[in-house]
Amino acid sequence: MFELFISNPLVLMMIEVLVICIKVVVVTLVVFSLPLPLTYIERKVAGHIQVRLGPYRVGPHGILQPLADMIKLIFKEDIIPYKADPWLFKIAPIIAMVPAFAVFATIPFGEKVTIPFIDKEVTLYISDMDTGILYVLAIAGLSVYGIILGGWASNSKYALLGGLRSSAQMISYELALSFACIGVVMVVNSLSLVDIVRAQSGWHWNILYQPLGFVIFAIAGLAEINRIPFDLPEDEGTLGAGYHAEYSSMRFAFFMLTEYVAMVSMSVLMVILFFGGWDGPGFLPGIVWFLIKVAFIIYVIIWTRFTYPRYRYDQLMTIGWKILLPLSLLNILITGLVVI
Amino acid sequence: MLITYLPVLLIVGFVIFMATMVLFVNSLVSPKKPFREKLSPWECGMEPIGNADAGHFKVHFFVIAILFIVFDVETLFLFPWAVVLRDMGLVAFVEMFIFISILAIGLVYAWKKGALEWV
Repeated sequence: MFELFISNPLVLMMIEVLVICIKVVVVTLVVFSLPLPLTYIERKVAGHIQVRLGPYRVGPHGILQPLADMIKLIFKEDIIPYKADPWLFKIAPIIAMVPAFAVFATIPFGEKVTIPFIDKEVTLYISDMDTGILYVLAIAGLSVYGIILGGWASNSKYALLGGLRSSAQMISYELALSFACIGVVMVVNSLSLVDIVRAQSGWHWNILYQPLGFVIFAIAGLAEINRIPFDLPEDEGTLGAGYHAEYSSMRFAFFMLTEYVAMVSMSVLMVILFFGGWDGPGFLPGIVWFLIKVAFIIYVIIWTRFTYPRYRYDQLMTIGWKILLPLSLLNILITGLVVI
Repeated sequence: MLITYLPVLLIVGFVIFMATMVLFVNSLVSPKKPFREKLSPWECGMEPIGNADAGHFKVHFFVIAILFIVFDVETLFLFPWAVVLRDMGLVAFVEMFIFISILAIGLVYAWKKGALEWV
């Protein structure tokens, strides 16, 4: 009786949808809470690089500091400036936040695993889209709407300037970023992120075949997620705080959340495209290797932040349009010549 | 398979739901004491002058956006091309080479016209 029930196509379909729902909830909750450890790590690394201790008061070694920050932010007043466009001002953080999460719908964290007890095979990705990388780039590009709307709706000069700068920077570097991804696609012959990782198994990592593409991707990626040395949109010295100058309380927190999630997804993308995803020596399971690589890249991004100064805006545009864009076109041509 | 795109809808819905819940909790526990100075846009403590959204921005941003659209469409053409390049061989490569050259001429023109200078 049970066997008959479990083999019914409708029941199978429902089980599949249920598994997708569970994965969506788990991934979203994990990503939603990732900024808590990340802010702590970032401040601790900053402290030690600058020969300080970093947060130390709340909990042992300050480990509860992010929780305290979160509680503080929830209890803050949600200020909406009287000149602002209230509706756009209210929804802009959510518009910025949703695409950053939607990227994770197709990110593969590992191969299939079998869950003990119920003996069911589950893939460690939510869905394997045929258009994987194109989807990721398209959705990640949507975040710029939230940022420019937030900057414009605040009706404050600093916020408007920050929003404009941010959008110009993001669209400029998006080109170099997607051209670098095209180099990888030419080597692998597939847009699906799972296929891209499988093609690299056995140490055939794309960084060996696409060294120039990797450098372009790393630089453009740093600019795309607004990190130093490209964090012009929130240049404290000249712009106050950039596009979120007028935001307070949880709406401000949503913008910060977006930035951290974007940092994670950019590191994840870099691992998948260039560092072989979950490929690694066999003594650890694939997902552990995947997380180690991602953590290392996040650490390097944080390290960069406290090592390099910030570029000027004209330098930023020069790097994006006059150096990275021609270089990435060249990379595509060279790769094409080698591939055919 | 449309089911591969179902998770996108689910994630979008779930994130909007969570954001709304957090904002709801925030609206319950946060103080609300607005007064005129607190609600005015931040301008280093001075009275804000004029409207910021009246459209005073550097026209360069617009030029950059136009250039971006040109190259972004090129990206869309390049992705399917990159997938089938190995099967189609030299013909596809030469065709795309011509296509990229035409766009590269556009980039060189914009460069010479000073659209990329930011002073």
